[in-house]
Amino acid sequence: MQDVLDRITKNPKFHEFIAMRNRYSIIMAIISAAAYYGFILLVAFDKELLAQKIGAGVTTLGVPLGVGVIVFTIVLTWIYVRRANTEFDATNEAIIKEAQK
Amino acid sequence: MSIKHILSAVAALALAGGAYAAGADLGQAQKQATNWTAIVMFGLFVGFTLYITKVAAARTKSAADFYTGGGGITGFQNGLAIAGDYMSAASFLGISGLVFANGFDGLIFSIGWLVGWPVITFLMAERLRNLGKFTFADVASYRFSQTPVRVFAASASLVIVAFYMIAQMVGAGQLIKILFGLEYLYAEILVGCIMLAYVLFGGMTATTWVQIIKAVMLLGGATFMAVAVLLQFGFSPEALFAKATEVHTKKEAIMAPGALIKDPISAISVGMALMFGTAGLPHILMRFFTVPNAKEARKSVAWATTWIGYFYILTFIIGFGAITNLIQNPGDFYVGGELAKGLKGGGNMAAVHLSKAVGGDLFLGFISAVAFATILAVVAGLTLSGASAVSHDLYASVFNKGCSSEQELRVSKIATLALGALAIVLGIMFEKENVAYMVMLAFTIACSSNFPVLFMSVLWKNCTTRGAVVGGFVGLILAAVLTVGSASVWEAVLHNPKGSAWFPYNSAAIFSMTAAFFTIWLVSILDNSEQAKKERALYPSQQLRSETGLGAAAASAH
Repeated sequence: MQDVLDRITKNPKFHEFIAMRNRYSIIMAIISAAAYYGFILLVAFDKELLAQKIGAGVTTLGVPLGVGVIVFTIVLTWIYVRRANTEFDATNEAIIKEAQK
Repeated sequence: MSIKHILSAVAALALAGGAYAAGADLGQAQKQATNWTAIVMFGLFVGFTLYITKVAAARTKSAADFYTGGGGITGFQNGLAIAGDYMSAASFLGISGLVFANGFDGLIFSIGWLVGWPVITFLMAERLRNLGKFTFADVASYRFSQTPVRVFAASASLVIVAFYMIAQMVGAGQLIKILFGLEYLYAEILVGCIMLAYVLFGGMTATTWVQIIKAVMLLGGATFMAVAVLLQFGFSPEALFAKATEVHTKKEAIMAPGALIKDPISAISVGMALMFGTAGLPHILMRFFTVPNAKEARKSVAWATTWIGYFYILTFIIGFGAITNLIQNPGDFYVGGELAKGLKGGGNMAAVHLSKAVGGDLFLGFISAVAFATILAVVAGLTLSGASAVSHDLYASVFNKGCSSEQELRVSKIATLALGALAIVLGIMFEKENVAYMVMLAFTIACSSNFPVLFMSVLWKNCTTRGAVVGGFVGLILAAVLTVGSASVWEAVLHNPKGSAWFPYNSAAIFSMTAAFFTIWLVSILDNSEQAKKERALYPSQQLRSETGLGAAAASAH
């Protein structure tokens, strides 16, 4: 077991892989935080924009934006999980397999 | 002070910018007529879940079964259970009530409660699963010295659980007065005893199933209400909003942001507490050890995020449905039939009254039972995580190292009993107190103690035990002290004169979380002890396991 671990640690592909995956996670986290804080800062500084009516009715821009932040958060989560559960896990498996040979 | 006064005081506090905290509180409530339909429905729920507990009990043999349900829970099931842990009665009734009162502001509020989930998905879920076994302290103590880290983790977890629990127990007492028409005291004893039965006999398996059933009932009931409301308007949200602005006293102002966010620092600070606090709540973190691997852990958060987001969209529709259905019918839903006197049972009852308007007495009974079952399930989850902090982190890893699984299981059951009794006592003690700040405080402490320690121990190779423990305690203490100085405690709870609060913001998170991270960094880089060198040398092997899952505890194999 120990030499399997050593071989993985010495494999440059492993370090490239985790660096890539960490970068991806952090970018995704920043995007989701930006969506949330963007919305909150609009609420704090530009209430008029959110109160603007879309179309002829009473629905304001704030409603689709607010619901949009919720839907966007959910979609972003699934994009990450799909990629992690297929592509990342496959690469991970391959690196472990290579070390076990 | 009359109920109306208290409710309007709560509403005023909410508008003064304390809304984030107030929305998670149900306030003081007046006892209503006994509602037998609701009581029978609740009885059926309890009977059914206790049967499941009995089945689960036959399988709870080891400590692993007790803490993690043996790891045999799928990602989809666990996602529902996490959503069940997170969707409290206060968020269901409080947010729909906030929408009923202020419209759009309710949506802003609910979005805040969702932002913690992507952080968990992207940064924490799989690493937690790969490094942990029973509690999140397993993760932090992978390379750190056991005793100090475990003592810290257990203290922070118990403090968070205590504040969260008091808010739930007081909410339960207020709810039972309105929903079932029973005494406050009954609620405390009822919740305490049924919850103990779930946790003691069925452990994590039963608690998980209680959460899943409750989540399905809550989502089903809320979906029914939202669809019934939309049906009235031919599935046109615009028609719903148009009617709502016509009948609401605030007219078109309910479609725009109101007074919810006053100063940007508070907004950012509250946002930080919600965003990172979720990733530090022990009862949520514990859920990642119930699934067999990292893949399922990721799926669970994705499902949890989906259900919670969907639920918040529903509460928005429900709040507007309450506006269009209740305001035009004051005779049935308002005190004395007068709009000026407010909703029967208070502003948080909007969703409950709407359930009667769209589904009659039977559906009212169902929604009331679901609301109460929600509290029961959340308290069960909290108790289990508190008990595991005592038995796994303190007893089995500090006081009696190398004890058997049976001994550990026995201690966790004793801890569960003690926590159950404590919950009842605290619930009774805090009956008349203002507990609006407590959930927010739990989140603030979680983001300033557990989260920084977890984050730095997993992702920063130079982090040492000394840094993590000192920084974690700094965050914990600062979060608590600053919260005491804020208006929601200093003035509303400690009755100091208005305007005397010495901490001007709604949430301490921006300061306490920053201080925790800074202290962890500073103490770690100054730490040149032999122990610190050993800990840094262990980082590559920890990283290997957290990133690849090699050597991760296979919870189902016990």
